[in-house]
Amino acid sequence: MRFTTTPSQTVGPFFEIGLPWGTGPFAVPEATPGAITIWGTVYDGAGEPVPDGLIEIWQADPAGRFADLHDHGGPSMLGGFRGLARCATRDDGSYRIVTVKPGRIDAATGAAQAPHIDVSVLARGLLRHCVTRIYFADEEEANAADPLLARVPAERRATLLARPIDDGYRFDIRLQGPEETVFFDV
Amino acid sequence: MDDTPLRYSRESGDPPLDWPPYKSTSLRHPKQPLVYLPHTITEITGPRLGGIISEGDNDLTNRHAGEPIGERIIVFGRVLDAEGKPLRETLVEIWQANAAGRYRHRSDRWPAPLDPNFSGAGRCMTDAHGGYRFVTIKPGPYPWGNHHNAWRPAHIHFSLLGRAFAQRLVTQMYFPGDPLFSYDPIFNSVPEQAARERMIARFSIESTQPHWAAAYEFDIVLRGPAATPFE
Repeated sequence: MRFTTTPSQTVGPFFEIGLPWGTGPFAVPEATPGAITIWGTVYDGAGEPVPDGLIEIWQADPAGRFADLHDHGGPSMLGGFRGLARCATRDDGSYRIVTVKPGRIDAATGAAQAPHIDVSVLARGLLRHCVTRIYFADEEEANAADPLLARVPAERRATLLARPIDDGYRFDIRLQGPEETVFFDV
Repeated sequence: MDDTPLRYSRESGDPPLDWPPYKSTSLRHPKQPLVYLPHTITEITGPRLGGIISEGDNDLTNRHAGEPIGERIIVFGRVLDAEGKPLRETLVEIWQANAAGRYRHRSDRWPAPLDPNFSGAGRCMTDAHGGYRFVTIKPGPYPWGNHHNAWRPAHIHFSLLGRAFAQRLVTQMYFPGDPLFSYDPIFNSVPEQAARERMIARFSIESTQPHWAAAYEFDIVLRGPAATPFE
């Protein structure tokens, strides 16, 4: 017998009283060698910042391993690595996450993949969360061989690329509009 | 590694992203087609989070010096997948308005009173049988600016990480018999009746505690394994 799944509802405008954690924006302890910051701004279809959004990430460590409940692919050996981070956007629509750059995922896990981070975007006005991925602009060779990027129309792939900046990467998210970020059916 | 799925079913009764009756969707829903993502290791894995829970995080009524005002309730249930398998060790987070329908949030302008003894948020991990339990106050309905005379039915927000990225769910739990259901564009964004009913808790006389608190049972069903290994 299959049960009807519980449907999604919007996270609404007031999730900030419940969802942020003190260490929420940190997928690794801040002092971790090689820690980077990923930050960006979430925009709506009018180009206005989204000040009441929530960004949640899930990713592998630099060795391509996950801090996974089930130990799929073998456990991460990186001390303090959680792999999950969440950050509410500020009044200016910005978010900031501290993590490590994920490594390539090797073919033994099913498919070789370029370094990437899964991202859930939640907000008032989104009746279900939207999923995108962060790839890295400085991983051209790996990106060129990534099977998921190959499914994305070439002219839209740039919306998935985080750009190197001083202490990490910048990744803006456009929910709608001419440069709408690519979202996935997961 | 345990016997967790390598692919998750995409069957869902979820609402559409574009839903004009809920006005905030208009500038926020993606308009381009979603790109199909065949599940990879990134989508079938999920975090260990036991460390973020403290004893008592599931009781929203004992955080302050005094008792919150309102109707004390127990909200309990199980987290299952679509095949009925209990999901243990998964994070359940809730947040809600107080008994007067007011959130303790700087942007909530509804001039109902704040309750100094109620913050309105809790969390817990499911047990070995997928069970969870909160003690809280029944939230009040409240007006909002979506359309003339718009009121949200009383609800508790639920966030579930599931045991895999592909199982992530944020939803709202409603109370049986609410007269506001038929007027609420958020509740009615869910197209199927059976799926809407999934969001309504059941009053449980069996779990109601005499002279203390009424109980509402709310089972949450996350996605299960894909029916076949290849979609």
